[in-house]
Amino acid sequence: MGPLSIISGFPEWLNLLIAFLIGIGFGFALEQAGFSSSRKLAGMFYGYDTTVLKVFFTAAIVALVGSQLLSFFGLLNLKLVYVNPYYINSAIIGGVIMGAGFIMGGYCPGTGISALSIGKIDAMIFMAGGMVGAFLFAETYPFIETLAMDNFKGAMRIDEWMGVSPGVFTLILIIAAVALFWIAELAEKKFSRADITNDI
Amino acid sequence: MEKRKYMNPYLAGVLLGLVLLSAMFFSGRGLGASGGIKYAVVAIVGAVDHQHAMETPYYSKYFENGESPLKNWLALEVFGMVLGGFISGALAHRLKFKVEKSPKISNKKRLLFAFLGGVFFVYGAQLARGCTSGAALSGMAVFSVAGFVTMIAIFGSAYLFAWFFRKLWI
Repeated sequence: MGPLSIISGFPEWLNLLIAFLIGIGFGFALEQAGFSSSRKLAGMFYGYDTTVLKVFFTAAIVALVGSQLLSFFGLLNLKLVYVNPYYINSAIIGGVIMGAGFIMGGYCPGTGISALSIGKIDAMIFMAGGMVGAFLFAETYPFIETLAMDNFKGAMRIDEWMGVSPGVFTLILIIAAVALFWIAELAEKKFSRADITNDI
Repeated sequence: MEKRKYMNPYLAGVLLGLVLLSAMFFSGRGLGASGGIKYAVVAIVGAVDHQHAMETPYYSKYFENGESPLKNWLALEVFGMVLGGFISGALAHRLKFKVEKSPKISNKKRLLFAFLGGVFFVYGAQLARGCTSGAALSGMAVFSVAGFVTMIAIFGSAYLFAWFFRKLWI
């Protein structure tokens, strides 16, 4: 029964080995999806390539459905899986700052690592900027601590917040994703940029 | 050699979802990327100015157990990501040192904005306690409201600013 490392009390080295192996899968999947290309990623925001939306929502739904199936068959105790805590202010403001970074840099941290691993020099510079960003955050933390800690809501769940069961919420998300995929396919035709997509 | 095509996006999504599910099943947690960058910075600051790291609560908490900040789940996962991306790139004949950019802008401009983008993105990720991987994707997979809100904020903001930075891309 999972999570294996918690329930079976794995030694630290084994948990770190698992992290390394999962990282290999993560990096491989991102690169295969084409997330090692900033111009492909940026297509999401100009409509000519919507791979980001398709990969992102498909992955979230596979993990959401998969974890509930494992839990249903008694193979995974979801109470032991980490749920991200909700700090309203920092989630929104942090997200807006990240969005600005995304459109300037063309990468997010995960895709930047993926692009760096195949030799993209712009991604190496993006990651160097990222290290400066983390350093600036640490150094300015005393000034923004209040903002970072404001409006703390705990590990709030969206199905409980909406007052529906996990299964119903998953179904709603799947319907929403299919609608978004349909719009995305239309957008790729409408905003098609063969000059860019043939190049990446 | 001819570059291979990228994987079908829906198939790649299934693969990524299975990797995320494995992280939940084996380690009881989601994926991450910006956290790995943070641990690298903490380790560098600790090596360069150990006294400063010990006196600053934001760094010192990572040195409390007396081990390297890099001996950490996220740091190891990020090392794995570099290898995984390299393997994928090698199989697809995509390994090449290059600056990827629109032909309409100079290398210098592309690299300047890549750097600035990195600064903004990881600063925001520290504030939001995770990036597209750790907060948005992994959060959504465990029904976290924070995951959905962060996802909407990231993409909403990028759409909002897209017009101002369009010359970089189209």
